[in-house]
Amino acid sequence: MRAVQKTMSYTFDFSFLAERWPDFVAGAWLTVQLTVVSIALGLAVGTVCALLRVYGNRWVRTPVGAYVELIRNTPLLVQIFIVYFGLSSLGLKLSAEVSAVIALVVNMGAYSTEIMRAGIQSIQRTQLEAADCLGLTRLQTIVHVVLLPAMERVYPALTSQFVLLMLASSITSQISTEELTATANLVQSDTYRSFEVYIIVAVVYLALSVLYRFAFWLIGLVLFARKRKLGTAL
Amino acid sequence: MPAAEGTGEAIVRIKDVVKEFGPLRVLDGVSFDIARGQVVAIVGRSGSGKSTLLRCVAGLETIQGGSIAVCGHDVGRPGSAARAQLRRDVGMVFQSYNLFPHLTVERNITLALTLVKKEPREAANAKAAEVLAMVGLTDKRTAYPEQLSGGQQQRVAIARSLALSPQVMLFDEVTSALDPELTAEVLAVMEELARRGMTMITVTHEMGFARRVADLVVFMHKGKVWESGPTAELFAQPRTAEFSQFVSSEL
Amino acid sequence: MIQLNANHFLYLLQAAQWTLLLSLIAFVGGSVVGLGLALLRVSQIRVLRVLASGYIQLIQGTPLLIVLFLSYFGLGIMGYKLVPIVAAGLSLTLYAAAFLGEIWRGCIEAVPRPQWEASDCLGLSRFQQYAWVILPQSVKLAVPPTVGFMVQIVKNTSLASVIGFVELARAGQIVNNSTFEPFTIFTIVAAIYFAMCYPLSLAARALERKANAGR
Repeated sequence: MRAVQKTMSYTFDFSFLAERWPDFVAGAWLTVQLTVVSIALGLAVGTVCALLRVYGNRWVRTPVGAYVELIRNTPLLVQIFIVYFGLSSLGLKLSAEVSAVIALVVNMGAYSTEIMRAGIQSIQRTQLEAADCLGLTRLQTIVHVVLLPAMERVYPALTSQFVLLMLASSITSQISTEELTATANLVQSDTYRSFEVYIIVAVVYLALSVLYRFAFWLIGLVLFARKRKLGTAL
Repeated sequence: MPAAEGTGEAIVRIKDVVKEFGPLRVLDGVSFDIARGQVVAIVGRSGSGKSTLLRCVAGLETIQGGSIAVCGHDVGRPGSAARAQLRRDVGMVFQSYNLFPHLTVERNITLALTLVKKEPREAANAKAAEVLAMVGLTDKRTAYPEQLSGGQQQRVAIARSLALSPQVMLFDEVTSALDPELTAEVLAVMEELARRGMTMITVTHEMGFARRVADLVVFMHKGKVWESGPTAELFAQPRTAEFSQFVSSEL
Repeated sequence: MIQLNANHFLYLLQAAQWTLLLSLIAFVGGSVVGLGLALLRVSQIRVLRVLASGYIQLIQGTPLLIVLFLSYFGLGIMGYKLVPIVAAGLSLTLYAAAFLGEIWRGCIEAVPRPQWEASDCLGLSRFQQYAWVILPQSVKLAVPPTVGFMVQIVKNTSLASVIGFVELARAGQIVNNSTFEPFTIFTIVAAIYFAMCYPLSLAARALERKANAGR
């Protein structure tokens, strides 16, 4: 309680930035690297799992469902601890960065499984029959007739999940990956300017959120030619 | 030019086909042959099994008894080697068009050409232009399915199937979802195909079309071929009460 | 090194109670603020709509961990030294409010337009329209996604561990420090979280199915 006095006279001091801004840039860059890799791999995992969940038999569907539920109903922080501390205690020593990517991929995979599943289920059976009658193989049908329109239908939800993952990557600071949040923790312990430091980092995360949304919007334009031309939802 | 005469060689052999959905027997010993170049109209009330029969010929359903051979390929049994061959020889057009909504008209047509027949893109595009001209939709090459009317979509679906140069084409109530005017433009395309000697099996409600174009009419009732024969003959002298009732109700 | 024993397990279960308490604080706080935000978002006054949407975008674009650090270390340095549970409760409230506000706005807007027009024609004031016509209908739509979001709240209380609040995740770390069996301990911790979250997930899904069937 003793700190309550003279609160009104707090003066902001961002002067540490002159010296430390490269640290923030490096931290943000690692955040981008970690999350772009995790999003790409996680979406791949999720797409395969979603296909197994929709088209697979019971012996495949059940374990995939269990994976999705286990991940979606436990905190990312604990998942990160299990990968980093847990696996290393079992003899599998992984660096903080690799552990972070594994945990983020596993997490992203579970969420994108659910999202992609909704998309894949929205593709009517008659589309598959038409592809079958044209002689397309099962794999060709999935790639050309199912996945792209499925992804287009759920692309807004995927984009939101990608941004959420980028924000959630801040949690990997707890196993000392030197990403943006860990950088902030380091700088604030050196400078005692925690309020300023976290405000700066919050702004950087906000900027990254906007940037990611824009980037995924652009990717969507490239990916979905029909939407680019007609502008309507599939 | 009159409808092409069958050459006598049976291209489709349907023999004692039995198809069951659980306890329900939908096809109960169906048999008939179709010669190359023949146009067959399968007619009957809904629930008579006519669409199911067509889906069996297309290899979309497995059958519980009998046999179906199309261009010498055994159909209706699981096993994909014969299936891949079947796909090269049989084209199918659906009531609900089933165009791929995310692809342009041209890409809908060229997809199987490039993926299945491994044709280079330019050759596939040329082929697409050719079949689009045939169905009168040259100007819709770059459009997407949702930008077309139902009749136009169905014509694209016919073109898509035609592009693969099938030996037999199957039409499953292709005009049932269309207005009368749009129906007419689709039927015109089908008549043109018949004139060119395409072997066609069509499940249809269009009695006028059946009379005009079909060489052979198969009337199905309760999962059986109730009555069948050359078109003019059959319509002139129905042999069963069910068929004459059906004909008068469809007029 | 101490052998992992039943007392550790009991300790974790006790800590889980703090997780539940913190979840409850966040949910109640988030609901109150979130309802306000939702109403502001559909307000007829533009400034209020913009302010509410600005707040929501701000929170939804910032990691919860940073919000937590801001309210704990940040306010601490400014002189408002908050105890961990207050800082955590405050941060989670701010976070939950943004998401619940957005979910509920959707539910309010999902009430068909004619319902507004009909109640307008009956001469109801805007407040009466909300109280008697719109909100009762929105609540039905809102229940499944709200229950679903409770899972996110419970999971996110684990972040309170980083400011030293001893809830389940922090308790796991403490037990691990004395026994050093991280794989076992964090698996148990995960299992306890799962036991709290999975019923909520199932309930959300069942409610959603019921709502869809009713339509």
